[in-house]
Amino acid sequence: MPSIRTKEFTPRASEAINNPTIQKSLDRLANFRQGRTDSIEEFGQERWDEHTKRAKEIKQETLGHLDHYLDMLSTNVERAGGKVFFAHDTQEANEYVAGVARANSVKTVIKSKSMVSEEMGVADYLEGMDIEPVETDLGEYIIQLAKEAPYHIIAPALHKSKEEVSELFQRVLGTPAESDITALAGIARKVLREKFLQADMGMTGANFGVAEAGTIVMVTNEGNGRMSSSLPRVHVATMGMERVIPRLSDLATFLPLLTRSATGQRITSYVAFATGPKRRNEEDGPEEFHLVILDNGRSKMLADPQLREALYCIRCGACLNACPVYSKVGGHAYGWVYPGPIGAVVTPSILGIPIAKDLPFASTLCGACKEVCPLDIDIPRMLLKLRSDATEGPAGTRKPDRIESMMMRGWRMIVSSPRMFGLAGKVASILQWPLSRNKFMRRLPPPLSGWTKSRDFPTVSAKPFHARWSAMALPSEKGDKDGK
Amino acid sequence: MPGKKVSLFVTCLVDQFYPEIGEATVKLLRHLEFEVDFPGEQTCCGQVALNGGYHSHAVAVARRFVEVFRDSEVIVAPSGSCVTTVFTHYPELLRESPELKDEVESLRNRTFELSQYLVDVMGVENIGSTLPQPTRVAYHDCCHALRDLGVARQPRQLLQAVDGLELVEMTDSTNCCGFGGTFSVKYPEISMAILNEKLGHVESSGADVLTAVDASCLMHMGGAMRRQSMKARPMHIAELLASGLPGGMNA
Repeated sequence: MPSIRTKEFTPRASEAINNPTIQKSLDRLANFRQGRTDSIEEFGQERWDEHTKRAKEIKQETLGHLDHYLDMLSTNVERAGGKVFFAHDTQEANEYVAGVARANSVKTVIKSKSMVSEEMGVADYLEGMDIEPVETDLGEYIIQLAKEAPYHIIAPALHKSKEEVSELFQRVLGTPAESDITALAGIARKVLREKFLQADMGMTGANFGVAEAGTIVMVTNEGNGRMSSSLPRVHVATMGMERVIPRLSDLATFLPLLTRSATGQRITSYVAFATGPKRRNEEDGPEEFHLVILDNGRSKMLADPQLREALYCIRCGACLNACPVYSKVGGHAYGWVYPGPIGAVVTPSILGIPIAKDLPFASTLCGACKEVCPLDIDIPRMLLKLRSDATEGPAGTRKPDRIESMMMRGWRMIVSSPRMFGLAGKVASILQWPLSRNKFMRRLPPPLSGWTKSRDFPTVSAKPFHARWSAMALPSEKGDKDGK
Repeated sequence: MPGKKVSLFVTCLVDQFYPEIGEATVKLLRHLEFEVDFPGEQTCCGQVALNGGYHSHAVAVARRFVEVFRDSEVIVAPSGSCVTTVFTHYPELLRESPELKDEVESLRNRTFELSQYLVDVMGVENIGSTLPQPTRVAYHDCCHALRDLGVARQPRQLLQAVDGLELVEMTDSTNCCGFGGTFSVKYPEISMAILNEKLGHVESSGADVLTAVDASCLMHMGGAMRRQSMKARPMHIAELLASGLPGGMNA
């Protein structure tokens, strides 16, 4: 597995906020947002909503009978001459991939972009076996050279300026300084062409695994998915077990949802289909095809009715673009493979809340993620569920804050009667006296000090509404239940 | 609407920190000839606990809320966020109390944010308010009001109808202000980064007044506006609307 730095959320968020280059890169998320908005407008909101509804139904149906559809997928991949491996965790998945590489004396592996392969950390694993893994998506290639994790689900090098990329290429590839983006892409293209021709094995992800056809579908803009799956002798595809869809015709529902939500494109430059290795009468294509289907905590999410919906995710990244928090702290703060709102659900679900506790709390619950999600996944509701697991869940998932827990018990007592509520207000209005000036406080002790560092805090009113009501109430409105 | 009875849920924040907003709400409702009732047992909807992950506390407070407003025909609150707690979250919070299921369903459908109630339910178009001097007003879309309750058009309609009020649209008015309840205290730096972007838009809108349907968001934005000595001042929509009614702010 890749390194887990979820516990460094706050310092890494701070680093991003205080880095002007990163903030400038994050401003580019506006292009994704605009692209999505325009694209849906063109598509028609009503039609879009129908697609969302249909996609949800398909996901419900598929996840409700996941064993059936995975079995169908697996049978049909094997019928087409491929091999299927179900990996319980990333260790098993990596060992299988390594076994295939070893059996084929593989020296170089070309990879197209895949979040599941990031989850596996397969590139590091292969490197440890003296096999050279080469990322072929331009963004992934850049972060591979920089030895970093992807910053965004669909734009892994979003945070890098062209100057930084030029510098990186100079340092690692020894190429001359270049300020033109097309020229920079040209440099990568030249290096990668060689690698494509050299590689003995290609690894890809799978945006969809079509059960009835035994086909995996790869959505890319650079064509590297098609190259990685067709040029080398061996093709290994990895997919999360939730990515299966029943029918080829379901792609008509999912593809527009994916590409329009992600980049605003009607369709990506390439949508590649791979069904098994090459046939006897075919000249091109791999001799071997392997499909690794990864569980790695997904069964656990499937079994939890409150988290299951997170498995509907098609990894379009729209929730990242819409999120006010992601838009400031960027991808690395989240500390693992999946950043942003969906990452804040998936990461603690897979790794456990105690080591990723910040993530479900580091959200304003504004709901922008749910609003843009093409599957209408209720991310805020799941974040609330994870918060409640963190404070009150069963031992093992729980990681309560003791002082806060005490304060909340006190709060519950206060709001359990208007008498207590009024009394608490009175006490506060006395205690605040030394700190207040003109009905505001500029400095408060922890935990409110975080607020007053840059915001004034209002004082509690000397005469709360309960007390004012009796003076306001008209005789006709004074009933038994009025405030006293 | 003479004689139409409305129960005010003033919300804990308004009750303790901004009672004037409660007074303005009452004044507004009375001006429109509603009969206002204030169930005195009320305190809080439980959002604080829900937001912080204290599910069991939230459940207890939600149960209490259901009891307190049991006999209220219609409940109106000067807050989109607290109404959202009832509307969106009570069914789930009170799932373990099947005996309350029907009651919760009924409660969530008769609890409204102020502008939502006036415009959507009662068909109010103009409350007949005239501001003492011309005022440029920017409206901030509070997240829960906007996304859970669909409140966006309603407050704007009421504001536009006010004499002497010029409604200006600021850039990204639907972006979160970075409050998020406990979030603003637990992650102050992120919260401020989000807020500063918002305040930039407030500033460039040229507004004299920043208004919204939630006192919490205004407390957040207003707290920084005050610290940064900004020209615009925060004002809850109930206060803003009521300030142009006969008798000014003195009900």
